[in-house]
Amino acid sequence: MTRRNPLRNLPALAKGKLSALWIMLRDKLRRDWPAVLFLTPSMIGTGLFFFIPFILVIGYSLVDNPVMMRFVFLRNYVDLLTNQAYLQAAGNTLLFSLISLPLVVVMSLLLAMLLNGKLKAKSALRSLFLSPLLVPVASVVLVWQVVFSYHGALNSTLSGWTWLVDSGWLPVDWLKSSNARYVIIGLYLWKNLGYNMVLFLAALNNVPSHLTDSARVDGATAWQRFMSITLRFITPTLLFTTIISFINSFKVFRETYLLAGDYPYDVLYMLQHFMNNMFRSLDYQKLSAAAIVMALVMIGIIGALFIVETRSGKDLEDN
Amino acid sequence: MHPANKWRRAKRETPIYLKTGLILILALIFVFPIVMTILNSFMSSDEIVANYGMLFDKNTDPWAMPTAPELPWISPSAHFKLIPDLVSVQQYVEILFKSTDYLIKFWNSVFLVLPIVAGQIFIGALAAYGFTRFRGRIAQLIFFSYIILMLMPFQVTLVPNYLVAEWFGLLDNPLSIILPGVFSTFSVFLLTKYMRRIPRDYLEVAQLDGAGHWAIFTQIMLPMCKTALYSLAVLVFIDYWNMVEQPIIFLSDPLKHPLSVFLVKVNEGDIGLAFAASTLYMIPALLMFFHGEQYLVEGITHSGLKG
Repeated sequence: MTRRNPLRNLPALAKGKLSALWIMLRDKLRRDWPAVLFLTPSMIGTGLFFFIPFILVIGYSLVDNPVMMRFVFLRNYVDLLTNQAYLQAAGNTLLFSLISLPLVVVMSLLLAMLLNGKLKAKSALRSLFLSPLLVPVASVVLVWQVVFSYHGALNSTLSGWTWLVDSGWLPVDWLKSSNARYVIIGLYLWKNLGYNMVLFLAALNNVPSHLTDSARVDGATAWQRFMSITLRFITPTLLFTTIISFINSFKVFRETYLLAGDYPYDVLYMLQHFMNNMFRSLDYQKLSAAAIVMALVMIGIIGALFIVETRSGKDLEDN
Repeated sequence: MHPANKWRRAKRETPIYLKTGLILILALIFVFPIVMTILNSFMSSDEIVANYGMLFDKNTDPWAMPTAPELPWISPSAHFKLIPDLVSVQQYVEILFKSTDYLIKFWNSVFLVLPIVAGQIFIGALAAYGFTRFRGRIAQLIFFSYIILMLMPFQVTLVPNYLVAEWFGLLDNPLSIILPGVFSTFSVFLLTKYMRRIPRDYLEVAQLDGAGHWAIFTQIMLPMCKTALYSLAVLVFIDYWNMVEQPIIFLSDPLKHPLSVFLVKVNEGDIGLAFAASTLYMIPALLMFFHGEQYLVEGITHSGLKG
């Protein structure tokens, strides 16, 4: 079976566009029908649950309400972007991502490099670092509350340090003050370091050891070897990990909700909290506008990261 | 072995042991919350309340210094306590046999997660085979849109999901969570990457022998992807076992909530049983870990490979 050159159909197109189009489609279908069959269940599902309703979401974001359907163009977006609660939620979420992203990437790389060296019981250690990933957050949130509540273990330990208390320190309610942000970052790191570590371990395994070895013989320091050899080879993984961690950072609502509930302290009020409130009040306009703003931001950032990735990939191939 | 050799070897290995020890300390911090939860589940409810009861005491002013609460036997502030004074299965007896709420929620979780895992992998494998065998421009475009969909956070996808659930009258029905989960494109993505690495020759030889696509799919593709299928099952299971966002939006009836959401309320209202309930919820995930850790690692690694 040879692939047909679609240009061959051009003269026919000039004569009867419709019939030519039909022939092209028929040929394509004859060749590809099994693919269509295998893809059908998935395409119906994603179409029905994601893509088609998403078009409706775009529509809802441009009208005054789902009943009247009067076109208001960007007014919902203006309303959204001037809404205090939204701005706070978006700000908190963004700040959380900006702080935790470099932390989680760098720390997991360090962890992977530690585990990649000469060690005893390597795989057992790896399992220990992976275990937080497995366990549902709801199951361990209690321990975090025991630690960070006002009457919790951290405060009672710190109160026992006389020099600290003498210097004027007072117990803090870690979850109901601006410190809550750092508690959540800690929880996020605890949960996500293992995943990235596994990715980095695989990447480090692929760094050719003869290169690092000969560099060592030539007198390159560990830092030089890392910067000019290891980093080169793990750049694709580095970018992938960044994308994954960025996406996962939007799931931190889980931790926040389980730890602090529906109405958390200000700094923990995340985008998903805002969305939940909009779902509760059935505010379709704000929901739709918020979803689309989020989608655009995601596409922008991920697109930028992909461009960086392909560039760096080329860079590696050129050398 | 000659003593001198022994000495030399010990000297050579000391730094390794030291480094291992340091990393072990770090790793123990990582497992601490898990270990503490499990150990505390074997305390009697009274012991739990005595140790941690003040955390959820709504009457105390949160800004006051920890003082003795109304009940004198509750300690004024929490301390880590790992070893129970008296090992007791009282918490488990309570949640398994006396108060039915926990078991109902546990089964809610099971009935939400298992269909998603099975369905997503089945639909995903079918689609992955389609994307592997046929790579026209249209297929590439669809695959690309699947990747974009996979990368979208809940804040984007839950809105269209909600609209559909409303159309079909599925709100407050577990199907409103199960169906979008089944059609999530993560497994399509992972399996396509895996299947595309299988040499085409295998499939073409089978085709020459007269095997149809369905036979090739079930008898060659699926067996060759066994590892990937297991990995996927573990990854998808972990992800949905931990779900929070969908139930609180789609299921307004708390009776239908999975244990992952219900546990928070246990923590607040019934702390005496919370550790056992938490441990109960951990068990399936831990079993999966002990049973399929290499699959998990492989799955994660594979998600990061360039396809």
